[in-house]
Amino acid sequence: MSRLLLKGARLLDPGLGLEAALDLRVEDGRIAELGKGLAGRPGEEVISLEGAVLVPGLIDLHTHLREPGYEYRETVASGTRAAARGGFTAVACMPNTRPPLDTPAALGYVRRRAEEGGVVRVWPVCAITRGLAGRELADLGLLRRAGAVACSDDGRPVMNAHLMRRALEYAAALGLTVISHCEDEDLAAGGAMNEGAVSLALGLQGIPPEAETIMVARDLELAAATGGRLHVAHVSTARSVELIRQARRRGVPVTAEATPHHFTLTEEAVRGYNTSAKVNPPLRTQADVNAILEGLADGTIDVIATDHAPYSREEKEQEFAAAPFGLVGLETAVSLVLDRLVHGGVLTLAEAVARLTVNPARALGLEPGRLEVGAPAHLTAVDPDRPVTVEAARFASKGRNTPFEGWKLRGMAVLTVVGGRVIMRDGELVV
Amino acid sequence: MPWQRKDLLGLEELTAEEIELVLRTAEVFADVFERPLKKFPTLRGRTVVNLFYEPSTRTRTSFELAGKWLSADVINISSSSSSAAKGESLADTARTLEALGADAVVIRHSAAGAPHLLARTVKIPVLNAGDGAHEHPSQGLLDLFTIRQHKGKIAGLTVTIVGDLLHSRVARSDIWGLTKLGARVRVTGPATLVPPTFASLGVEVYRDLRPAVEGADVVIVLRLQRERQAGGLIPSLEEYAALFGLDAEKMSWLKPDALVMHPGPANLGVEITEEAALDPRSAIRDQVRNGVAVRMALLYLLVGGGEKDVPAVA
Repeated sequence: MSRLLLKGARLLDPGLGLEAALDLRVEDGRIAELGKGLAGRPGEEVISLEGAVLVPGLIDLHTHLREPGYEYRETVASGTRAAARGGFTAVACMPNTRPPLDTPAALGYVRRRAEEGGVVRVWPVCAITRGLAGRELADLGLLRRAGAVACSDDGRPVMNAHLMRRALEYAAALGLTVISHCEDEDLAAGGAMNEGAVSLALGLQGIPPEAETIMVARDLELAAATGGRLHVAHVSTARSVELIRQARRRGVPVTAEATPHHFTLTEEAVRGYNTSAKVNPPLRTQADVNAILEGLADGTIDVIATDHAPYSREEKEQEFAAAPFGLVGLETAVSLVLDRLVHGGVLTLAEAVARLTVNPARALGLEPGRLEVGAPAHLTAVDPDRPVTVEAARFASKGRNTPFEGWKLRGMAVLTVVGGRVIMRDGELVV
Repeated sequence: MPWQRKDLLGLEELTAEEIELVLRTAEVFADVFERPLKKFPTLRGRTVVNLFYEPSTRTRTSFELAGKWLSADVINISSSSSSAAKGESLADTARTLEALGADAVVIRHSAAGAPHLLARTVKIPVLNAGDGAHEHPSQGLLDLFTIRQHKGKIAGLTVTIVGDLLHSRVARSDIWGLTKLGARVRVTGPATLVPPTFASLGVEVYRDLRPAVEGADVVIVLRLQRERQAGGLIPSLEEYAALFGLDAEKMSWLKPDALVMHPGPANLGVEITEEAALDPRSAIRDQVRNGVAVRMALLYLLVGGGEKDVPAVA
């Protein structure tokens, strides 16, 4: 096992309330020592992190690894490399694969692929309903035992309110979080972007904000009634933020995530029929972006997740209405968080890091990673000031479908360490 | 000012000057129907491909005549006869046509933005002949041309567009063209088909037909697709006809010199009665004829090189 000394960084652990300039030594995959001016030892790799901030390994609560079934879009290997390049040490991967992750066998396959070729930790999310069909519950207990960290029919809503209620009740007893893709299928049917002035001008069918908000309201009521732990995925509307804020105030067990694209972009990004900006839920208005930023700032939205959704060039190079929804996010998320939220004055660095570490862990009911002696060495370093230009051609992901191509951002992940092993340095994979 | 753009994707992005240039160029071709010899040599040796993914009679024929009367070789491809039926993507089809030496592609497609995808993919000019509910710029231009032919001007006129604006590419192109040239535009129709968001395009939204058409210089009636009823957008075609269909009685609300237009094909008895369509105030036949002149102007400007403002008459 390699031995590692990380020198010169500022350590920041929002879970511990730690913020200090300390060196950190790693041995046998664990944090072995913290201290000022630690000296390198023979056989130890010393990495200088001057100007960088070392934090517990970042977690992406919402990744599509596409395996099994859609390996041309992404694999566990390529997706985890993209994660590492973006500074993440763990990803929760969504079950809308082919076959879907609705059986222990399918879940076991993903875990095996992660052991064979994954470079970060892979936490599978299982389906809520068999076949993601929204008709009957998947074997949630067996899936929990097989390693599911949460359940979700992501990509599709559970339209049947009765079934959603049963899912929340049943999952609560298992300690399993239900991640809800809040979308009323009837209101959203046929839509390709946000409904509003831009969709009108472009002649595209819109998805009204109520398609999301109505389901957020429903699921908050069901979570309140059942005590089931609810996590609202990819919040996109101002009204959703307000509903979640009210629910949290009354103690409903709910967490919520926003994606970098939803806190950065508006529906204007679609103009010119840019399919890289076609995503579900759709990019909304500036008022919605502002509400999401407020929700992030006051903690209503306590998680930042990517909804990394790779597609092939051929799939995205289609008529706008025919192109699939989704964009890649693992390799741009940290830079967007630093540039838009931290430098933008929305969050302190500690608050931003919490939304990528301790909060997503807690949303899943997991112990967060810690910067303390004895803890597993899953670590990320970010340089909040190092400039970066987004270049899809350099992505480790198979997907190039980013709406941020060519963007110049301030701040990037500069080191990813998983289990004591250096995976990424200075934006380049080293494994 | 010569024409600068590679493509014609919509009127939204054109300036008033660019629109004027097209209309001025179309004047030169406007009397083509009266000529014994209709051919201009301008596009001799050039190939124009009409790529039609939706059925169309008048637009396709109009573009075909426009190309032929400019001496271009015109190839018509419809989706049923193309590799689209074998699953070839639009982008690949476009690359194939470019590789075969096409000098321009005229595209009609049910998907909004399909011409934009094509324009990004190939270096040759792309002319939008109607994309989904987005735009139908050549129709918008021929409507402007027809209005000016009858009214002598556009600026200061009040133009009312009636019907299913939500799904209408013609309405969007008309709105952009008319407002850029200084007309006041009113829109009306059932609330489900004319959402209040239309105000964001710079038009006045009316809920009732009568105040919308009273005092208007031009009334443009849109086609109502029969599937709107099944889509839950209107209760019935009968109710639509009663509330918004132009008939003899409602024609009496119009100014005596108002111009009535329809992009065709009309659902007679739904959005307009046969009687109203044949009223002396109807300019529907002029629209069809002017369409050829406007499309000749577009092909001349986009494919002919556009070194000169207007072509030399052969």
